[in-house]
Amino acid sequence: MTAVPDIEFRAVTKRYGAVTAVSGIDLAIPPSAFVALLGPSGCGKTTCLRMIGGFEQPSEGQVLIRGRDMAGTPPYRRPVNMVFQQYALFPHLDVEDNISYGLRQARPRLSSREISLKAGEALAMVQLAGYGRRKIHELSGGQQQRVALARALVNKPAVLLLDEPLAALDKKLRTDMQIELQNLQREIGITFVLVTHDQEEALSMSDFVCVMNGGRVVQLGQPSEIYDEPADLFVADFVGKTNLLSGKVAAFSGDLVDVALADGTVISARKRVPLSRGEAVSVSLRPESLSLAALGGGSLKGVVRNRIFLGSTAEYAIEVPGIGSLLAKADHLIGQGNLFKPGEPVAIGFAAGAPLAFPVANNSGTNQREDQHVEILS
Amino acid sequence: MRQGSNSVQISAVGGQLPADAQAAFSMRGSLLRKNLLTVLLLAPATLWLVVFLVLPFVAIVIFSVGERAPEGGYQAALTLAQYANLPARATAFWNTMVLAPVGALACLLVAYPVAYYLALRAPQRWRLILLALIVIPFWTSLLMRTYAWMYILGGRGVPALLAYVGIEDLRLINTPGAVLLGIVYGYLPLMILPIYVSLERLDRRLLEASADLGATPLSTFLGVTLRLSLPGVTTGFSLVMILLLGEYLIPTLLGGGKVFFIGNALVDLFLQSRNWPFGSAIAITLVLVSVVVLIVANRISTRLSGARRVDLI
Repeated sequence: MTAVPDIEFRAVTKRYGAVTAVSGIDLAIPPSAFVALLGPSGCGKTTCLRMIGGFEQPSEGQVLIRGRDMAGTPPYRRPVNMVFQQYALFPHLDVEDNISYGLRQARPRLSSREISLKAGEALAMVQLAGYGRRKIHELSGGQQQRVALARALVNKPAVLLLDEPLAALDKKLRTDMQIELQNLQREIGITFVLVTHDQEEALSMSDFVCVMNGGRVVQLGQPSEIYDEPADLFVADFVGKTNLLSGKVAAFSGDLVDVALADGTVISARKRVPLSRGEAVSVSLRPESLSLAALGGGSLKGVVRNRIFLGSTAEYAIEVPGIGSLLAKADHLIGQGNLFKPGEPVAIGFAAGAPLAFPVANNSGTNQREDQHVEILS
Repeated sequence: MRQGSNSVQISAVGGQLPADAQAAFSMRGSLLRKNLLTVLLLAPATLWLVVFLVLPFVAIVIFSVGERAPEGGYQAALTLAQYANLPARATAFWNTMVLAPVGALACLLVAYPVAYYLALRAPQRWRLILLALIVIPFWTSLLMRTYAWMYILGGRGVPALLAYVGIEDLRLINTPGAVLLGIVYGYLPLMILPIYVSLERLDRRLLEASADLGATPLSTFLGVTLRLSLPGVTTGFSLVMILLLGEYLIPTLLGGGKVFFIGNALVDLFLQSRNWPFGSAIAITLVLVSVVVLIVANRISTRLSGARRVDLI
C-alpha cells in the first residue's frame, strides 16, 4: 500500500442537527479499484459519496482525493464525477449536449471539434453511437443510464462515483449493466465507488466491499471474504442469506467453540471475537452449507415445510423442533431428481468449518432475519 | 380423458359468442353514459364562454366592419374603412407597443430574483407566508392601490419627506418613472407566480449534476436554472404584456394622462365619441397582437427549454 489512495477518509463525521449520519469513518480506497459501499438505507453510505463529490461537507475529519484535502473545494473543482440516482440528465439538452456539458466547462476552453470528437468517443464507449441528437425523454431507462455514464466518464475523472446506478432498471437489464460496468472499470482503469443497498450487486461487481451500518464501516474486504468471513452478526445477516441459531457457549476446544442450541444439540463453531463460557451467541449457517439426507445421520432433525425449486438449485424451509425454521439450499443435478417433499422428515448436516458463532449483544440484525425468512418463504 | 377435455373446450367456445355480444352491448351503454357525463361536466363552462366571450367577440368583429351611426353607436355596413383608419391612432399604438414590453421587462427584472429566492433559497416553512404576503395586497382593487401611489409619490408624500432632509423640488408623480413603478407594483404577482412554479419544479439534482460536471454557480444558473425556468418566464412575460396592452389606468393616474395609450383610445371611442366601429377595429387589432405575442413566447420557451410542447392557444 505504498500508492497514494484515490480516496481517503480521516476520522470523518457528519451530523445533521442532532442526527449523526456518519461517525468517525477511516477509509482508504486504493487506486484503480471497484469499491462498493454497501448497507441498509440510512447507514451513511450516500452521505459518504456526497462528501466525496463535495455536495456535503464533513462536520469533522478530512476527505482526501489523491492525497489532497478537499475541505473548502466546491464540487465543480473536484476531480471526480458522479452518476446520479435516476441519472439527473438535463432535459433541455439532447444526448450529445448532455455528454459534452462537462467538456464545455473546461478551462482553457476546448475547441468545438475536440468536444464533439470526445463526446462521440464517449457515446461509442457506451454503445450509443448515432444517438447524439436524441432527446433525453426519447430514451429508455437503460439508454439514459448509459448517457449518464458517458457524461461522467468523458471528463476523465480520477474517481467515478455511482449512486445506486442500477436501482431504476429491471432485473435483466441490471445484470447486463453489472457486467458492462465491470468491463468499463477494467478498461478505463480508474477507481469506481458504487453506493448500493443491494448486496448481490455489491458482491457481483466490486473488487472490495465496504459494509456500513449505523454510520460506521463494519467491514472492508473482498466479496468472498465478506461472505465467508463476516466480521459480525450484522454482516453475516445482511450479506447473503443465512440461518441464525441462538444458543449458549458450552465449551472451548482449540480455536473452536461448542455451542449448545435451544434444543440441547451441541454444535462446534468457529468464532471471530473472543467469547466467554455461558455467553449468549448466534450461530450463522449459510443455507448452501447445509446438506440434507433421509433420516439417519446428521446432528439436526426436522421436517420439510416448503420447497422452492429454482432450476439449478432447490431451497427448503425446514422446521426443526426447538430451534425454528432453517433454510437449506441444495444443488440440483439433472436426472438426480432426489427432491424432498413437504412433510418429509430430514436430517440436516453441515461441513465442520461452516458454523460461525457471534456474540448477540446489541445487535440490530435479528429483526432483519425475520424479514428475510418471510421473503424466502413467500 | 383428452377427448373429454376437448369437448369441454368446444362447448366453451360455443358459449362465447353471446357473451361477447353482451359485453359489446354493455360497453356501448357505458360509453354513452361516459359521453353524457362529459357533456354535462363541460356544459357550464361552454355556456359561459359562448355567452361572455364568443358572442361579444363576434359582435365586436361585426361592429368593426360597420359604420358609426350619425348619433353615435353602430350602423350595419360591410366596409374595411375602420381598419384603414387605424393609422389615425398610430401614436396610441406606438406608445402601447413601447409601454407593454418595457413594463413587462421591468416587471420580470424585479420578479425573477424574488421568485428565485422563494423557490430555491427561502426556508421551507417561510415560503407559504412569503407567497401570501405577495398576493394579499391584490385583494384590494388596483384603482385604490394606484390612488395610494398617487399620494405616496405626490407633493405631500415622499417628496415632502425628502424636503425635511434638504432634498427640495423633487418631482416623482407624473413622470415615466412613476408609471413604470406603478406597473411593476401592479403586475408583480402575475410575473412572480409562474416563475416561482417553474423554479419550484426544477429538479435540484440537475443543479448538483451541473456543479459535478465542473460548472461554476454562474454557468449553472445560466445553463440550467434559467433555461429550465424559461416556460415560467415566458408565461409571466406574455401574461403581463398582454394585460399591459390594454392598460390605461396606471399611466393616467401616475403619468398625468399626458401620454395616450390604446386603452385610453378604447375608453374614448366607446364611451365619449361613441364611435363603436372604429373602437371595435382597434380592439380586434389588439387581440391579434396579443395572439402573436403568445405564439412567439410559446415558441421561444419551447425552443430554449427543450420541454415537450405546451400549447397556450
